Amino acid sequence: MDFEPSDDRRVLADTLTRFLAAEYPIAHRNAVAYAAPYHDPDKWARLSDLGLLYALAPEAQGGMGGAGFDIATVFQPLGAALCPEPVLAALLSARLLVAAGHDLDPLLSGRTRYAAAIGEIDAPYDPAEITCAAQGGATGWTLHGRKSVVYGGGTADRLLVAARASEAVGLFEVASEAVEITAYGMIDGGGAAEVFLDATPAALLLPDAEATLHDALDHGALALCAEAVGAMDTAQALLLDHLRTRQQFGQPIGSFQALQHRMVDLTIEIEQARSITILAASRMGAEQQSRTVSMAKSHIGRTAKLVAEELIQLHGGIGMTWEHPAAHYAKRLVMIDHQLGDTDFHLQRVMAGYRGA
Amino acid sequence: MDLSYSPEDRAFQDEIRAFLAEALPARLSDKVRTGAELTKADMEAWHAILNAKGWLATTWPKEFGGPGWTPVQRHIFEEECCRAFAPRVVPFGLNMLGPVLMRFGTPAQQQAYLPRILSGADWWCQGYSEPGAGSDLASLRTRAIRDGDTYVVNGQKTWTTLGQHANRIFCLVRTSTEGKPQQGISFLLIDLAAPGIEMRPIRLIEGGHEVNEVFFTDVRVPITNRVGAENEGWTIAKFLLGHERTNIAGVGFAVQAFEQLRAFARRPRGNGRRLIDDLLFAARLSEIEIELEAMKITNLRLLVAAQQTGAPGPESSMLKIKGTQIRQALNDLARRALGPAAAPFPLEALEGNAALVPLDQAANAARYFNSRKLSIFGGSNEIQRNILAKAKLGL
Ligand SMILES: Cc1cc2nc3c(=O)[nH]c(=O)nc-3n(C[C@H](O)[C@H](O)[C@H](O)COP(=O)(O)OP(=O)(O)OC[C@H]3O[C@@H](n4cnc5c(N)ncnc54)[C@H](O)[C@@H]3O)c2cc1C
Repeated sequence: MDFEPSDDRRVLADTLTRFLAAEYPIAHRNAVAYAAPYHDPDKWARLSDLGLLYALAPEAQGGMGGAGFDIATVFQPLGAALCPEPVLAALLSARLLVAAGHDLDPLLSGRTRYAAAIGEIDAPYDPAEITCAAQGGATGWTLHGRKSVVYGGGTADRLLVAARASEAVGLFEVASEAVEITAYGMIDGGGAAEVFLDATPAALLLPDAEATLHDALDHGALALCAEAVGAMDTAQALLLDHLRTRQQFGQPIGSFQALQHRMVDLTIEIEQARSITILAASRMGAEQQSRTVSMAKSHIGRTAKLVAEELIQLHGGIGMTWEHPAAHYAKRLVMIDHQLGDTDFHLQRVMAGYRGA
Repeated sequence: MDLSYSPEDRAFQDEIRAFLAEALPARLSDKVRTGAELTKADMEAWHAILNAKGWLATTWPKEFGGPGWTPVQRHIFEEECCRAFAPRVVPFGLNMLGPVLMRFGTPAQQQAYLPRILSGADWWCQGYSEPGAGSDLASLRTRAIRDGDTYVVNGQKTWTTLGQHANRIFCLVRTSTEGKPQQGISFLLIDLAAPGIEMRPIRLIEGGHEVNEVFFTDVRVPITNRVGAENEGWTIAKFLLGHERTNIAGVGFAVQAFEQLRAFARRPRGNGRRLIDDLLFAARLSEIEIELEAMKITNLRLLVAAQQTGAPGPESSMLKIKGTQIRQALNDLARRALGPAAAPFPLEALEGNAALVPLDQAANAARYFNSRKLSIFGGSNEIQRNILAKAKLGL
């Protein structure tokens, strides 16, 4: 048994961590994360030049990784630095394009930006409930309906859209110029978009894509878990520093046993979250992939919220302010539960595993 | 044991309902329902409506212009105001300074300030906390040094809620460094137009501006603006804390949030299904409802006890802790109820065709983050636990 990362992954993590620390200090991160286009296009290009996106795809498709641990290696530093770049959109898209046998290089090199338009207002997490319609005709396919909260949708060149054609949910590609897009910033930073499809011409990539969509969403959920672990580590460090330095009643507040116990409980939860994320990363592509990812995402949903709430509470008033990094870590940690399935959605997927067992 | 309101209380409730139905402008209740920011003019307008009826200063005795209500009647009033989505009465002048002046102020101070609180001529804010003095309030360092008939004030206050609308601030200042920290504190009334005062906004986690920092540089304050004796401000601060704790449970706000969330969860969605039919969601909502039902009774038990003994005891700390937990849990669930649609930054307000959720839900995430303050201010929940451990349990 060995819990040490491989040398390649360690180098990638270190490179990324150094880059993010230098390029996304919190003031810069906030400046770009909360104002259109809700990320930093120059730094996105430089991140791509680092080869970051290649780590998200398997070698057979021109990438340099793509395994669960590669994804975790990329997303944990992104979370630790609260990086607002649309890497999740790239990961989801890469998984979809791999399944479609598509050339990945435009995506992995950062030249073409893709976003995955899967969720809808009434089908927020489960592709089986998608109602967007695809119609085939003599001149090709057209798409009809609306996709909601498409991460990175406001800055994408191309959209990968899940839509229902007669019985099966298919995967389609459309050019961003061909659709009406309302882009907006999110409360925790970063950008998303509403996508309106109105007889939009589309290319069919996969006629029956449900399993592929589930697989992509599993990978996305794993990435969010790793991102949360990274953000929780930074949150814990911020909090420890505050408990050691903030003085009230003539002593550091960290000397109050009531707060020490809270901090210890948090630490235990964070380590549990890290462990379940490691387990999920190890099962990507293996049996139990979905159920284990759901265990991790359900755990993270609870734990990240707990860390966020304690982060604010134990900071006191200062933790409520925009000026303090704690507030932004807290927002990200809470809002991760709103992406690709919340704690109860994934709990239900874990529960479903008991059926027939 | 009889849990029902007396016939008099019920008649009183009917009277309040009738008044609210007639007097509360829809443009105000709509804003409260949707979580839109109330302007200064909105708050002043509602104060004026209540004042015209004689129901603005609900905690004041009749001789000072209050309605002379019992705690139970005040509770009914607050409950009904929440049910009707009335704006919250700004508490600093009415529920904090008013009672202080009645108890500790000179007749001249009472005559000068109390009518102006009622009429809205003055908007007060609370200058207690400092960057270095939060939970440990007695360590405050803003200095007031006597110079003839005036104090010269230097220092900084922070977290001053709605200070941007205020023209006056009541402050705890240090007038002596001798003895225990509590012994050298005085209570001053300061005109924010005085030279040497600067107010700066603090932006909160969700982006809103409701608190400020206030800097004092050689600000001259007449000694006649001191309330109570010099160095006895801590007695006033403790007295005021008791008043801050009226309605501390916030039951009315919790009921309001619960009803809004339940109504939302019962609405059929585009696919015909309802959130309330999701068993896990229903379980979460039910758990909160159970706590809320218990809280209503805990609150009334303590209210009735306070009505008999004349003062709220350390048990009010229980109301603060449990009341804020319930409100925060409701805000949490309301945010989660939206799924991915909770994400848009509220200032981006997706409208019309682009709207993701009904208008009254669009600020749910912002409301959740903002409501984290409930367990921090007014004595943090940790400090309330310290109080309970010591004063109630004798540990
Ligand atoms: C939105 C908002 C509005 C406010 N409005 C006003 C206002 O209008 N006027 C005003 O004067 N003040 C106001 N306050 C200030 C508020 O009263 C303080 O934030 C509060 O007293 C906590 O102080 P602090 O923020 O300095 O936190 P700290 O006192 O530094 O506390 C940090 C953490 O340590 C914990 N802690 C501290 N001491 C102990 C202990 N002995 N045992 C266990 N735990 C402990 C606290 O509970 C908290 O979790 C406001 C605050 C906020 C957030």
